[in-house]
Amino acid sequence: MLEMNRIFKVFYEGTPDEKIALNKVNLTMKQGDFVTVIGSNGAGKSTLMNVISGKLSPDMGTVMIDGTNMTSLAEHKRASKIGRVFQDPMAGTAPAMTIEENLALAYNRTKKRTLSFGVTKKRRDFYREKLEMLHLGLENRLQAKVGLLSGGERQALSLLMATFTDPKILLLDEHTAALDPSRAELITNLTKEIVDKLGLTTLMVTHNMQQALDLGNRLIMMDKGEIIFSANEEEKRDLTVEKLLAEFQKIKGGGGLSDRALLS
Amino acid sequence: MMTAMFGAVESGVIYAIMALGVYLSFRVLDFPDLTVDGSFVTGGAVASIMIVNGSSPFLATIAGLFAGFIAGCVTGILHTKGGINPLLSGILMMIALYSINLRIMGKPNVPLLAEETVMTKINTWFASDWSILIFMLIVTLIIKFLTDLFLKTEVGLSLRAVGDNEGMVRSFSANTGWMKVLGLGLSNALVAFSGALVAQYNGFNDVGMGIGMIVIGLASVIIGEAVIGHSSIARATLAVVVGAILYRMIVTLALRVEFLDTGDMKLITAVIVIIALVLPKILDRQKAAARKKKRLQQLGGSQSA
Repeated sequence: MLEMNRIFKVFYEGTPDEKIALNKVNLTMKQGDFVTVIGSNGAGKSTLMNVISGKLSPDMGTVMIDGTNMTSLAEHKRASKIGRVFQDPMAGTAPAMTIEENLALAYNRTKKRTLSFGVTKKRRDFYREKLEMLHLGLENRLQAKVGLLSGGERQALSLLMATFTDPKILLLDEHTAALDPSRAELITNLTKEIVDKLGLTTLMVTHNMQQALDLGNRLIMMDKGEIIFSANEEEKRDLTVEKLLAEFQKIKGGGGLSDRALLS
Repeated sequence: MMTAMFGAVESGVIYAIMALGVYLSFRVLDFPDLTVDGSFVTGGAVASIMIVNGSSPFLATIAGLFAGFIAGCVTGILHTKGGINPLLSGILMMIALYSINLRIMGKPNVPLLAEETVMTKINTWFASDWSILIFMLIVTLIIKFLTDLFLKTEVGLSLRAVGDNEGMVRSFSANTGWMKVLGLGLSNALVAFSGALVAQYNGFNDVGMGIGMIVIGLASVIIGEAVIGHSSIARATLAVVVGAILYRMIVTLALRVEFLDTGDMKLITAVIVIIALVLPKILDRQKAAARKKKRLQQLGGSQSA
């Protein structure tokens, strides 16, 4: 479904600040794969996401989605195949517009926008049915402005908006990091429920190692622009936070790395 | 006094179309578009030259609308494809249009008093003092309702989202660049349409009549929102229309003050906008201060008791 081939990306090339964000990264995901990505800040996780979504264009390498080469396709053109939830709950929705209008925007992700109404009676029933999946009562607040919702509610809505049109790839960019623990758990459970139900091919970046272990069938660890550790379905089942940390230290040659250093 | 007020309402209704255009760029797209100062005159220039050369005034007015659409699209392309900052792309287009308008008109002022215009046509159909007001009110309200409907279509929704959260709407596969071009085109089409009608209403088109038009548009939007509110699209556009009429009435009243004359119009406009922007903030602060004082008093009361 997703095939990334020798992706290379460098920032500030030719200056003292030069930084290799992705160093010939290869990543292949099969239909229905759910890969969690962990790694410290600056490891290249977000760059990886941005290269897939088209926000950044790689200096070298190819990105194939669903058998099509998307490497140099503009962000909005490949968005029909990609659903994305951002870290910031404010980023995934339009605050001055109502819940149903936001859903109408998302509904058009895979279709050409026309001069027909975004919210019709039939569509409204469809939106309501989808909102019920969130168990937040939002289906009764279709005409409420999204700016009035709490961060957790907005993130749940973002998740729904990114997924209800069956994207080929779902990108989750630390989508629970800005929420309090109970809201984060709610979004994590919703993510599991929705991804399982729709069988979405998902790539999730997280700083929470437990979450990375709980969700998905594969796990990769990134550092300095490279994938330094990768666990397949079988290997992932036996992993624990301790084992992951030990693995990280082994690869990095010890150096007294603490949980804190990896997570910060 | 009554005739002056009547005239104010009449022209307010025509300027309301321009204000709706400013609403589209300023509020919906969140793009402060100074093209308006130029495109308003462009609409009048195209219409008046076509009328002088004998075409139908209705056709001429529509042609003015299209000229404005093109001008707005150019501003949008300067911004999205050229990467020029929004304010600067508007200013560049405004200054360019000044020369283009002079070229279209051939001279700084085209008189229309002897010509057949939309206004004279209306007066021959319904000979009444009210005919222009009623006809223009119908045209403005039709445009208002069409704007409301458009902003609820799939294209309209993504246009609004561009002004609200650009990154988000791009991740839902909308081409935000072309959306902005379209939005600015439509905005300036309305502005030029209004300019074409104002030229015919005044009986001349002057190359300088667009100066400060953006501020008048803003004044209408802000006054309207303060009086009517903007909780929904239909309400916001109604506010713009009412605001445009109120603005004309305020100016008419201000001009009746002894020491002010017509040359002070722009100053009055600026002062109105400043008051409309600052007054709500001062009122809010006073309310907050009063609340605080009250709470302090309550606390003091409970302590002594």
